[in-house]
Amino acid sequence: MKPLRIEMVRKNFGGLWAVDNINLDIELGERRALIGPNGAGKTTLFNIISGMLTPSSGKVYVFDNDVTGLPPHKRVALGLGRTFQITNLFSKLTVMENLLLSLKSVDRTRQTFLKPLASYGHLCARAESLMDQSGMREKRDVTVRTLSYGEQRRVEVLMALAQNPKLLLLDEFSSGLSLEETTSVTSMLKSLPRDITLLLIEHDMDVAFELAERFTVLHLGRVFAEGDRDEIKTNPQVQEIYLGEDQ
Amino acid sequence: MKSYTSYLTAAIVLVILCLAPAFFSTYVLGLLILTLIYGIFAMSLNILTGYAGLPSLGHAMFFGISAYTVGILEVKMSTNFGLQLIAGLSAAVVIGAGFGLLAVRSKGISFVMITLSLSMVLWGLASNLAGVTGGTDGLPGISRPKLSLIPLDLEITSSFYYFVLGFFIVSALLMYLIARSPFGYTLLGIRESETRMSCLGYNVWRYKYLSFIVAGVFAGLAGILSVYYNGFVNPGDLGIETSAKVLFMVILGGAGTLLGPLIGACSIVLLENFISAYSQRWPMILGAIYVLVVLFAPDGLYDPIKRFIRRFVRL
Amino acid sequence: MESWIVQALNGIALGMLLFIIAAGFTLIFGLMGVLNLSHGALYLIGGYVGVSVSRYTGNFFLAVIAGMFTVGIMGILMQHVLLRHIHEHLPQVLLTIGVSLFFGDLAIWIWGGFGHLVNKPPVFEGSIQIGEFSFPCYRFLVIIVGVIVAVFLWWFHERSIYGAIVRAGEDNEEMTQGIGVNIRLVKTLVFGLGATLAGLGGVIGGPFLGVYPGQDLEVLTLAMVVVVIGGKGSLLGAFLGALIVGLADNLARILLPELSLFLIFALMAIILAVKPEGIFGRE
Repeated sequence: MKPLRIEMVRKNFGGLWAVDNINLDIELGERRALIGPNGAGKTTLFNIISGMLTPSSGKVYVFDNDVTGLPPHKRVALGLGRTFQITNLFSKLTVMENLLLSLKSVDRTRQTFLKPLASYGHLCARAESLMDQSGMREKRDVTVRTLSYGEQRRVEVLMALAQNPKLLLLDEFSSGLSLEETTSVTSMLKSLPRDITLLLIEHDMDVAFELAERFTVLHLGRVFAEGDRDEIKTNPQVQEIYLGEDQ
Repeated sequence: MKSYTSYLTAAIVLVILCLAPAFFSTYVLGLLILTLIYGIFAMSLNILTGYAGLPSLGHAMFFGISAYTVGILEVKMSTNFGLQLIAGLSAAVVIGAGFGLLAVRSKGISFVMITLSLSMVLWGLASNLAGVTGGTDGLPGISRPKLSLIPLDLEITSSFYYFVLGFFIVSALLMYLIARSPFGYTLLGIRESETRMSCLGYNVWRYKYLSFIVAGVFAGLAGILSVYYNGFVNPGDLGIETSAKVLFMVILGGAGTLLGPLIGACSIVLLENFISAYSQRWPMILGAIYVLVVLFAPDGLYDPIKRFIRRFVRL
Repeated sequence: MESWIVQALNGIALGMLLFIIAAGFTLIFGLMGVLNLSHGALYLIGGYVGVSVSRYTGNFFLAVIAGMFTVGIMGILMQHVLLRHIHEHLPQVLLTIGVSLFFGDLAIWIWGGFGHLVNKPPVFEGSIQIGEFSFPCYRFLVIIVGVIVAVFLWWFHERSIYGAIVRAGEDNEEMTQGIGVNIRLVKTLVFGLGATLAGLGGVIGGPFLGVYPGQDLEVLTLAMVVVVIGGKGSLLGAFLGALIVGLADNLARILLPELSLFLIFALMAIILAVKPEGIFGRE
């Protein structure tokens, strides 16, 4: 069973093929990085995988389920989770409330209309343990809007992790993080068990090489190259398409 | 300690409300009744607009449809209170479920237009079907319920006051619990970021649809109480001025807060009564107030009042 | 047969009047996203000013100019002094409602709480006979004015450089500002144009529909129905929608007089269900 299989997916935006005949196969437990210069179609592909965009043609399979055309909220039940490149949190709510919303969505206990969210003990405990893991505990009741950008990026990752996804899409999780924070989040991600598969978009090559084992290079909407760390590092054409790119 | 002050204030207000008939005249009780009725109405709109972020300019559709249902049942068929209450609330549910399918597809200004248009459909119907609804004159002569279970003569103002207060307390409590429940937080999340909620696994459309109906039911209750209080119903209860007034109450008090709509309702009811007593130009003044509030206090008065009370308490 | 012709002409006349009103409404919405709920009140003020000027000077043409000018200025002031400072849709709408309440009541204060009869220009008094039915000549004037306005607006919006600027602003405000257009001025002028059209409608509509308190709400409602059906922001949609509503209203009066208003709203509800953006709307 493959967590993700993308077959001949194409996406057209007003005459431009943002994504052009992409095939992608990801194995269970893999750490795959999707890299490539700006405009290569990486975020578009993520949006297609998570369901925010429907491909013009082609199919997407998540854990062998055909999800092409399935709305985003139905893909979560299959084990899909994602973070956003531009922080997409509930800015007027506290960190705790943000996490509780994430946790409640996948919670199996019966939903009652009237019981306060804050009284779901097991959810609160899990939220707190997540916050402990990433040192956000003191910020528990702080409104997200007032957090620093780096702190918000950390909550962004926690929101996705909270749901115990089996296939986690990370869209440039390190953008805006300091070196320290990046190291900390990277090691947290590295310590994730192998029953979680990671697919990350990353611009920071150091982070990508640190975290990922296999790489797919996109260029102008197509798969340009694929391989493991050494193959990609030493591929002169990959270096070429990055020439002129400030990272 | 913040919530301690809030609970204390709420408790004090509740005590005052319960003892009101002992201290206040019939006139003041009438004002309080109107405040409580519009309080329920405004709090219900707050669920839709303040929490889910759906700005409705047609909320009177629920207020009016329930009012008309009760009015028609009372005038044409002389039914008992229980039946009227159930019928009135059911009418709100039906309108919410039906119109919700049309309205909840849109967002922002489109939602404003659609809700306004739909409420005008009902307004047009009420104005035209004179045989059923009394046309533009409406239905007068609606009497208050004769209660069998509780020995209260609702013709007496203080008794009717307790009747309304009872419904108010139950409604306020329910809406408070809804606000703190997962459902309430889901609505808040939807208001902030629909895409995030969707990617977290929430069926956003379904929650918006439910909030439309839930908000509608409470608005319908307010409409029922209103028709009993006034004794008549007319197309204006379905019209844009009623929808605008209640929306303004929510914004004036502070949308998305629990008490804000109540403050807004209280302010407008009091202002309307005092100013109407001295001047025929109340609509002009109300219009000017809308303009001034939108220009100078667009987030409502809830925060400024809260700060003022804090300073007062510290003295 | 003749009754159908007369009713059709009536419908077209009403449609042209509605177009003048709805065009103003949709122009404002298209460029600024503002749902101008004071549009009905502007119409009413235009009508009342027309009544007064017409009575005072005996000259209908002067009344038209006065109505257009007064309401146009009101529109310009509304945008420049008030709306300009507000950037979110809901507060904008509430502000226009406030203005509507204010001017609606002001009209009652100044002109009294009763309806006024408006004198038609003598040239257009009387009616022509179509079979056994008579059709007031004045309504031909309404149709002619409507067509002139339609042609002018088409030229303005689609062919003139000013219209191109407006269309650019409708499409992408930031970009338009970026190429050096004083978008604030454009917005103010467009609001003024929209209001002027409402004022024109008010004066022209006077001899046709009368001028009375509460009419502002009716006119606003009809304008909204037209725009929902035709598509907000689209002048062609306003034209088509207005014709449909005008004809439907008169048709209903023949067939089901009690439910004429309802028929129009039902049409609107159907459009909302089937194509929420309206016939020519974009989204």
